[in-house]
Amino acid sequence: MAVVGVSLTNDRHPANVIYNKNHLRYPVRVFPVNPRGGILQRETVYPHIADIPEEIDLAVIAVRAEQVPDVVEACIKANVGGAVVISGGFAETGRKDLQDRMASIAGEADFPVIGPNCLGIYAPSYVDSFFLPIERMVRPEPGNVAMVSQSGGILVDQMLRFAGEGVGLSLAVSIGNKAMIREIDLLGYLMEDPKTKVIAFYVEGFERNEGREFVLAADQCVKPVIILKSGKSPEGVRAVSSHTASLAGDYKVFSEVLSQFSVVEAKNDSELVSFCESLSCYQEPIKGRVGIITGSGGHGAMAVDSCADHGISVPVLSEMIQEEIRGKLAPSIQSIASVKNPIDLTGSAVDEDFSVVARILSETSEIDCVVMLLLPYLPGITSDLGAMLSQVFQRARKPLIAYVPHVDKYSMLIEGFELNRVPVSPSIEGAILMVEAMRRFQPC
Amino acid sequence: MLKTEIREILLPSRELGWVLEPEAKRLLGLAGLETTRFRWAHQLEEALQFAEEIGYPVVAKVVSPEALHKSDVDGVAVGIADDKTLSTVFERYSAIKGFSGVLVEEMASGTELIVGAKIDYQFGPVVLLGIGGTGVEIYQDTTLRMAPLNRQDVDYMINGLKAGQLLKGYRGSEPVNLQALGSLIMTFSALVMEIENWIESIDLNPVMCNAKRCVVADARIMVRDSFA
Repeated sequence: MAVVGVSLTNDRHPANVIYNKNHLRYPVRVFPVNPRGGILQRETVYPHIADIPEEIDLAVIAVRAEQVPDVVEACIKANVGGAVVISGGFAETGRKDLQDRMASIAGEADFPVIGPNCLGIYAPSYVDSFFLPIERMVRPEPGNVAMVSQSGGILVDQMLRFAGEGVGLSLAVSIGNKAMIREIDLLGYLMEDPKTKVIAFYVEGFERNEGREFVLAADQCVKPVIILKSGKSPEGVRAVSSHTASLAGDYKVFSEVLSQFSVVEAKNDSELVSFCESLSCYQEPIKGRVGIITGSGGHGAMAVDSCADHGISVPVLSEMIQEEIRGKLAPSIQSIASVKNPIDLTGSAVDEDFSVVARILSETSEIDCVVMLLLPYLPGITSDLGAMLSQVFQRARKPLIAYVPHVDKYSMLIEGFELNRVPVSPSIEGAILMVEAMRRFQPC
Repeated sequence: MLKTEIREILLPSRELGWVLEPEAKRLLGLAGLETTRFRWAHQLEEALQFAEEIGYPVVAKVVSPEALHKSDVDGVAVGIADDKTLSTVFERYSAIKGFSGVLVEEMASGTELIVGAKIDYQFGPVVLLGIGGTGVEIYQDTTLRMAPLNRQDVDYMINGLKAGQLLKGYRGSEPVNLQALGSLIMTFSALVMEIENWIESIDLNPVMCNAKRCVVADARIMVRDSFA
């Protein structure tokens, strides 16, 4: 990898940040480039990209906007594989001409360029073109969710949330002004990427007819595609002479067309994280008949409300199942537990009670998903319960989703689930959103 | 290939920006959509003769290139029961700016729906179904899909309306002919795909649906001024 535009005097220059982190932390060979040459941290600075003695796969370009087209041209001549253009100062500041020039140089040579005005690529443990000092970043674990974002800031924020909720990343790409590589190109790439199971996008808008191409491509994709869209509010009141044009506003069209093609729309960033976490574990579509297991009646009631908001049903279990459940509970809670659904095992329940009910619900066809609301402060619950319940899922393969308050004290319980591929939400609403994700994703 | 007759209707409408209603209805007829029976009468005698032919009551609407919104110029009269009323209405319309005749039509009855299309910037042609009539923008009860549609899309659109129950028969009311509605939407979708480069949007509002048939009672086709 070459980093073009490193400073010999300013260690905080974006190019230097990128050079340093890759040089010190990642398994890539990285070469600094600056026309003045010289030495940077005891390494040779190459005056020109063509001077580098090895073949270059990726050039990260962080020079002034006016110089970018020439640098791209030099990369093409030097047989570089592709480029990420970090530099700003293009269409976003009125220099569409400069951006078009760069794109046409790259386009003619079929030379892939990400950006300009972007952070570029973050591939966990592999390569990282983000100009953010590594010690400041919250880095998600390697995993199977890929995220593509027009906005670098939103992407970094989402990564922070992914890390917080144990969602692993296969790749994160900030595409900035998307002069050449656009959402649809990355969709095509990620569809084929064996490391990626879920593809998430943050989109501000598409170009003319680009949305049509995108949904038609997504329709061919067997992996879940999730989109978070901004700019949902109508742009003021325009004089519209037709009812259809006024009723079918930009966002209404966007939202309805996504659902037509089984693209999952996340309404906000919380939904995005919940959907990614859920679909990274489960990809079998469900109807949405949920069995809820809880140690607190209040939690059960809140979960039922949330299900109702999403049109998810919480069916009353048959007498037979209810009897079976009651018969398997510890004698101390047999007479006080409620077993209709939600199943409230009360604050006196122990690990085994949760586990046995989870097993029964996993085996009955009356429900297609189990939501476990766990209160780790109850005396009968231990830190082992997460791993124990994950085993129940491993046997029956019926989707299991847990709610556990996310504080450090309970992390072993949480990891017992997450490390065994059972998603955990820090909120009740989030757990129900995970059910919603499975219901919405209906692969053709 | 665009039918020559459809092209011949759209081409001269480009300067005006929209298609006069009688021409819009003729276009829909050419595309295989059922509209209310109508005559574009330039003389009173012609109007009276057609009213007699189809039988009262009839609807009379003003035709004028300056009246895109006919009700704004009081240019729509429904339930006209006899020659005398029709004559009075005809005379009144003659004074409306840009007067180019009167559209005399049969009265259709049923549930009022809107079937529309727009060429969306990001997604191209989309088709919309909703509860129609003059309250269309108040209820905002609509569903839409990207065209061209298949039968599942059409079923989804009908079932997705909040007032979908009304169409299927609610509390003893007669259900509308969903078969006919489905065919109408499919035919409309095919038309929209055919003329997508010519139009900005189309409102079929209202489409009158009852147990027997679904028929387009009013149509507004907004034409693109040039090819981008």
